[in-house]
Amino acid sequence: MNKPYVRPMTGWWKRDPFFMRYMARELTAFAVGAYAVILCVGVLRLAQGEAAWNGWLAALRSPVSIVLHVVLLVSMVVHAKSWFEIMPKTMPMIHVGGKRLGGQTITRVGWAATLIASLLLLALVWGWR
Amino acid sequence: MAESPKTIDVEVLRYRPEQESEPVWQRFTVPYTDDMSVLQALQQIKDDQDGSLSFRWSCRMAICGSCGMMVNGKPHLSCQTFLRDLLPGPVRIEALAHFPIERDLVVSVDGFVKKLESIKPYIIPKEPRTLAQGEYRQTPAQLEQFEQYSGCINCMLCYSACPQFGLDPTFTGPGVLALLHRYNADSRDGGQAQRMELLGSTEGVWNCTAVGYCSEVCPKGVDPANAVNQNKANSAKDYFLRFLSPRGSKA
Ligand code: SF4
Ligand code: FES
Repeated sequence: MNKPYVRPMTGWWKRDPFFMRYMARELTAFAVGAYAVILCVGVLRLAQGEAAWNGWLAALRSPVSIVLHVVLLVSMVVHAKSWFEIMPKTMPMIHVGGKRLGGQTITRVGWAATLIASLLLLALVWGWR
Repeated sequence: MAESPKTIDVEVLRYRPEQESEPVWQRFTVPYTDDMSVLQALQQIKDDQDGSLSFRWSCRMAICGSCGMMVNGKPHLSCQTFLRDLLPGPVRIEALAHFPIERDLVVSVDGFVKKLESIKPYIIPKEPRTLAQGEYRQTPAQLEQFEQYSGCINCMLCYSACPQFGLDPTFTGPGVLALLHRYNADSRDGGQAQRMELLGSTEGVWNCTAVGYCSEVCPKGVDPANAVNQNKANSAKDYFLRFLSPRGSKA
């Protein structure tokens, strides 16, 4: 008698904390997308003239927008963290001075690059005003 | 006076197709010693409590890959998992997740074996070589390119850690794709172009959503997630190079 039993997959992501963290990473991708939309709207408003642009700036300063931005920022940091953690898995072996670069090093280099880029950007924006 | 033997409760997911239409949990109390593995607990049950319990094993030393099962919800080699680390219990044991259960802890491996055959898991020489030409030579750096991926023991734990495979059993999956990469990455091999179609298909690397749990559970440090995901880049490169070279890329 051969009646293999196939188990259902419903609720699979709740079965292991690892899967929950994975789903959180996937969810935070929406935050990245949402922020891209906000910025695109900004460009659009800029093209529509000064009044439209100032309206967009004012909307950004509303309490709702500030709360939203805090949420988006936190999501982005979570996303970046999980992304840098998986980054070593997406790359071929890298050798530096005859030694294979470890996954942790690759993750740290990712963080360092983000930090430097963010600081440069902040310095640029602050210097501009 | 002799100490009374220590015991641990072991819950096993039973499935006897002639008797039940879906799996049921059954609890056993197993006397244990500190050096006993989960596999030995199952053997105690089979020898002394219920001879009908079915499970697979062979080497009892984490090398044959037959004793994989879910222990407390996570994929493990049961011969490599010790009861002393699971105290006080109960220990819950079920068949490897995402595979059809044939009976108790025995799953169907047919699909896995078919996939294994499909990737041409052998070295395809770049050009015919005569005996007089002598052996192939490899530098330590060339060996390192594939050595880690050749450590796979086909235990399928990574498949049980892969929800993508659970949702779509046609996905070639982590272990077999790691083995595919093992041959592609070998400097003696010239079969990459032949393996490219499968690699670049939906059933190949593109079904992977980079959950990454496969590499966590692999008992041999193969890092299948790395093999799969670095080949997404290879597959994309191959796709675009096809527009440049009429015969397709061999890169
Ligand atoms: S890659 Fe690791 S977990 Fe997957 S089958 Fe091979 S040895 Fe087992
Ligand atoms: S019995 Fe061989 S790996 Fe466990």
